[in-house]
Amino acid sequence: MKMNRMMSGVAAVAAMMVMAGCSAKASAKSGNTASGNTVKIGMNMELSGAAAGYGQQMKQGFQLAVKQINAQGGIKVNGKKMKIKTVIQDNKSTTSGSASVTAQLATKEGVVAIVGPATTNDGTAAIPNETKAEVAGVSPSATDPDYTLQKNGKVQDYVFRACFENNFQGETAAHFVTNTIKAKNVAVIADNSSDYGTGLAKAFKQAYKGNIVSTQYFQEGDKDFNALVTAIKNKKVDAIYAPGYYSEVGLIIKQARQAGIKAPIVGSDGMADPKLSQIAGKANANKVYYTTPFSSKSGASNKMAAKFMKDFKAEYGSDAPTFSALAYDSVLMIKQAIQDAKSTNSVKIAKALAKIKNMPAVTGAMTINKHHDPEKPIMIEEVENGAVVSATAVK
Amino acid sequence: MHTFFQQTLNGLSLGSIYALLALGYTMVYGIIKLINFAHGDVYMLGAFWGYYVINTYHVNFLVALVSAMVVTALAGMLIEYLAYRPLRNSPRITALITAIGVSYFLENGMSFLFGANTRNFPQAITQHNYDVFGITVSNIQILILVTSLVLMVLLQLIIQKTKMGTAMRAVAVDPEAAALVGINPDHVISFTFGLGSALAGAGGVLIGLYYNSIDPLMGMTPGIKAFVAAVVGGIGSIPGAAIGGFLIGLLETATQAVGLSAYKDAAVYVVLIVILVLLPTGLLGKNVKEKV
Repeated sequence: MKMNRMMSGVAAVAAMMVMAGCSAKASAKSGNTASGNTVKIGMNMELSGAAAGYGQQMKQGFQLAVKQINAQGGIKVNGKKMKIKTVIQDNKSTTSGSASVTAQLATKEGVVAIVGPATTNDGTAAIPNETKAEVAGVSPSATDPDYTLQKNGKVQDYVFRACFENNFQGETAAHFVTNTIKAKNVAVIADNSSDYGTGLAKAFKQAYKGNIVSTQYFQEGDKDFNALVTAIKNKKVDAIYAPGYYSEVGLIIKQARQAGIKAPIVGSDGMADPKLSQIAGKANANKVYYTTPFSSKSGASNKMAAKFMKDFKAEYGSDAPTFSALAYDSVLMIKQAIQDAKSTNSVKIAKALAKIKNMPAVTGAMTINKHHDPEKPIMIEEVENGAVVSATAVK
Repeated sequence: MHTFFQQTLNGLSLGSIYALLALGYTMVYGIIKLINFAHGDVYMLGAFWGYYVINTYHVNFLVALVSAMVVTALAGMLIEYLAYRPLRNSPRITALITAIGVSYFLENGMSFLFGANTRNFPQAITQHNYDVFGITVSNIQILILVTSLVLMVLLQLIIQKTKMGTAMRAVAVDPEAAALVGINPDHVISFTFGLGSALAGAGGVLIGLYYNSIDPLMGMTPGIKAFVAAVVGGIGSIPGAAIGGFLIGLLETATQAVGLSAYKDAAVYVVLIVILVLLPTGLLGKNVKEKV
């Protein structure tokens, strides 16, 4: 179904042109403002299609955050407590869907802020309508460095994210591979079908000073990596850098270990999920490291993370994945911004989002920098025998 | 040299699954000239059924495999009955578009009912690795190859030696003439869908066990590659589909082995284009008499 992507790209352009007409707002009244006792927050999320697995996890984190805030009475705005009302819409993992969902949320539903989308591609498609409606969007997981920037390098006024951008994670991994693993020869296996995988691989290659003996690519949804790992086995590498999501990297770990490759496998926060070890198999998930803002060990140093993990398990009966934590934090960012702005006006919320400082969050206390990227501590987790054995904070 | 044989083995294991899927495409096309794009999703259904019975009833692998084949056979017949039979006399493009619709329905229906997240397939058989002259062979790879070959031989026997097989071949050549001699084409078509879907279901369980990972969209890419395999082998030809499947598996592995992993899917589609230009009927497609 390779055609679909091209078709949906064309459809996205067409849809945006159509939408441009209906999402333009009268300039007299800027942005959306909540009325009554509720404040509407939208979610533009990949709930079906290729990225649905991750989107569903984010929806869980989003709903848990809203439920907890409402249980405490809501968000305090000028002495008045307002409950959150959610509007969750599915963009079907398509750029055209993302653009139209944004228009729906921002103009028809009149939300004051939006959480999502999950991927950089879908997120970028949402920007024109967010900007036109003057409603901020906080993506839990769009990692491309340029996502929050305009073409001329200026920051996008209404675009924020809760996750690290690629360069930061790629550089951290490169330093780790050089200084801690002391690897001289590294193979890179990257997800070619997302900006996430290619962006991280690029950032890693730029920052890593050693020898990169081989760079291989795979597609989202691939299941067979035997040919890749057999080729790498011959090259006698000291480490493998495999930025990608747990569904594919889990299989890479499994197949590499079964082929007899013992070198450490280093990756990114897309792997920080209990499913990684389940897919790889407990016996195979050894000497696996990844950079992440959130880990199942976070609870030891971060009280909020401990509470979040407990509540998440009570609510959904499974361990909290990183994507849920990031979506949870996206809601906290919006809540913080509404409180700081002392207003539910979407323009003022966007301005307050840019000024968030040291906000306590599940993925670590965060400060929004001038590029609208969060600055928060990054950790490197180590997996041995299918369990996370350590999480080391790095600078 | 070791690497070469290791990669060949990798290619054969991958190819045997494409071959199982390609057989279903080719059989259905041989009889009603329909490219059943939902075929890859039937393979996904088989994998999910295997997941379900092994996890819930703790059955052994063989029971899971056979029950998945029965369930997917029924699913295939049901799809044919509900979606394609009403369109039997419509233009071919109508049925083709319906097939794409059925495919989307199955993918998104399963995502909706069971979640889109990747699941780890229960390991009903523990993997062991054997070293044969320096080549690592796992028991699961052997199982996949043997099961696929056994199923292909069985299929060939059914088509060549049984009454139903004769009827299938008759309908493939001329449905009206077959009806005149007392064959009910509806029964034959239904049986063909069942047979093809059973093979896809078996492929799904084998893949689940081999890779330990299943999701509702898992049938998409293998489905298309199996379609390419069927075209390369000569769509409508049973041995052609099997050969095409192995060829595509080997080709994909070879592309990755020489370091062009980014182009592995492209290589498969380039082969499709080349075959369509040079040999429009595929490698074994000329053999009209054998069409089933």
